[in-house]
Amino acid sequence: MADTTTGAATGHAMATHAPTGHGAHGHHPRLQHHFYSMEQQLEASTLGMWVFLVTEIMFFGGLFMAYIVYRTMYPLAWVESSRELNVLMGGTNTAVLICSSLTMVLAVRCAQVGSRKGLVTSLIATILLGSVFLVVKFFEYKAKFAHGLVPGPYWDPHAVAADGTLQRITLPFGSEIFFALYFIMTGIHAAHMIVGIGLMTVILVMSAKGRFSAEYYNPVEISGLYWHFVDIVWIFLFPLLYLLGYHLGNVG
Amino acid sequence: MSTAHIVPVRTYVAVWVTLLVLTLTTSWAASYDFGFLNTAIALGIAVTKASLVVIFFMGVRYNTPLTKVVVVAGFFWLFILFGLGMSDYMTRDWIGVPGR
Repeated sequence: MADTTTGAATGHAMATHAPTGHGAHGHHPRLQHHFYSMEQQLEASTLGMWVFLVTEIMFFGGLFMAYIVYRTMYPLAWVESSRELNVLMGGTNTAVLICSSLTMVLAVRCAQVGSRKGLVTSLIATILLGSVFLVVKFFEYKAKFAHGLVPGPYWDPHAVAADGTLQRITLPFGSEIFFALYFIMTGIHAAHMIVGIGLMTVILVMSAKGRFSAEYYNPVEISGLYWHFVDIVWIFLFPLLYLLGYHLGNVG
Repeated sequence: MSTAHIVPVRTYVAVWVTLLVLTLTTSWAASYDFGFLNTAIALGIAVTKASLVVIFFMGVRYNTPLTKVVVVAGFFWLFILFGLGMSDYMTRDWIGVPGR
């Protein structure tokens, strides 16, 4: 923010230029005229993205609020239902997302030091790791459908024994609410992952075309913020959904 | 050159290793029955992990004071939601009003 005052004089001078002829009057072609400097432009982008992420915090916050209310109402259902989730798959996905956050932050760093090759490679790694997460999630959902753990008219919790016979499971009252929240929270999280992968694909194409440099990489930076935010949501979903009944043994 | 703060790769790798270790720790801790402490441990580790991501990966440490205020305010408002929400639900049966 230091240059807000020092940049005022030059900024004012810039504003007197006609909006044509970028690059001819000594500033970066990616600097828009309503900013004093590239630094201020990046600060504004970052701040704007965080304001959006705060709305996302409140969006997921409402779901976590519902989770807290129903967990206090049906503590037993929460523990018993949690045992039906697959801790290995959930834990693997947590690790996969943490790895994707590392590749994302390395992508931003590559952009900062002007390494186009590093940027492209890191973005591809991030997209691949995000896709691995969704594939694991698909198999998790598939197993939940197969075991009748979808709330609603088809709610019929059961396990399949080795000889193929069905074994009904009696889950405590409130378990359907647990699974409703499980599907809504992980489903909306997965939707955010899909959007994130789409964003990263756009950033990847822009990177490959050489649209970013050490001076201008704002889209990489703020898409990265989004990606990390989605990672944070999962960091909370994993213990709150998967680990509640882990000490009683995992059956999922 | 940009004046962006360039963080050494080893810092990011150290944060990444810490996050993976904490993931294993939270899973390991959840396999024991500590009573109500299970939730406290799980949330403590999750908050630590989230803070590491926000401070280092999202780079809030190197952002302007204004951005920092917005970030803190966002999480502060979340606690207002939880605080006021639960102060409603947890006190509903304190007085025997039919239909609550």
